[in-house]
Amino acid sequence: MGFPDHIKRTVELAHPPAKVWAALTTAEGLGAWFGDVATIDLRPGGGAQLRWTGGYRVDMRVERVEEPAVFGFTWQLHELSEDDPRRTYVEFTLEPSGTGTRLTVIETGFAQLPEDTYRKAFDGHTEGWRRELGEMTAHLDAA
Amino acid sequence: MPPDIRASADIRASADIEAIAEQVFTALADPTRRAILAALASQGPVTATDLAARLPITRQAIAKHLALLAEAGLVTAEPGERRRVRYRLRSVPMQVAQQFLAVLARDWDGPLGALKEHLDRGA
Repeated sequence: MGFPDHIKRTVELAHPPAKVWAALTTAEGLGAWFGDVATIDLRPGGGAQLRWTGGYRVDMRVERVEEPAVFGFTWQLHELSEDDPRRTYVEFTLEPSGTGTRLTVIETGFAQLPEDTYRKAFDGHTEGWRRELGEMTAHLDAA
Repeated sequence: MPPDIRASADIRASADIEAIAEQVFTALADPTRRAILAALASQGPVTATDLAARLPITRQAIAKHLALLAEAGLVTAEPGERRRVRYRLRSVPMQVAQQFLAVLARDWDGPLGALKEHLDRGA
């Protein structure tokens, strides 16, 4: 592993791109697997939001919409203040793979983190892990 | 505009950065060293004697921890008045470690697993 400015993950899904696209780009889809409740204005520049029980929330800005192949958005690094303009960019790429879909997600932009907030980031991530792992466990248990 | 994706990193620079991050995490693993860094962050450059007065440990222990922190590049020693060496926090290695933490905190495996489950359930 090299210096991590980006994260990349690929999963093979046994469902056609159109169905995966709906799970990624509709409020119903996003609310079913990503957040607990989601809203999305699906156009470049449109806003989107994920909310989780417990009040955790993330705002996104839709950047790329190329149905059913590419969906990109920017969102905040949650240790930064609400009005900080820095964002990471997340891009989902959907490729047909047999009767299913090869889904790749790449998140870039971690190298732009600020120099003066290490303690805030450290504490924030420590807290974030605790919260998100707890919620994920609850979600999987309920499924 | 989406930022460019840096497809390949310089291997050698990456190895250096890994080494820096490892030193930072080793330094932060000790509560006394975290207390020393916190004192330097909030109060600015101070001498080992000042630190010993503020923290519940001996000056000898402080000196040992400061040496490790200096080795990791997290503090620098600078000459002060009457030959009293003062220690200053150096945040550059922290920035490197911070990027590791940010990447670790973005957990894609969980959400992608949830997506797969969601699609399979609906099939």
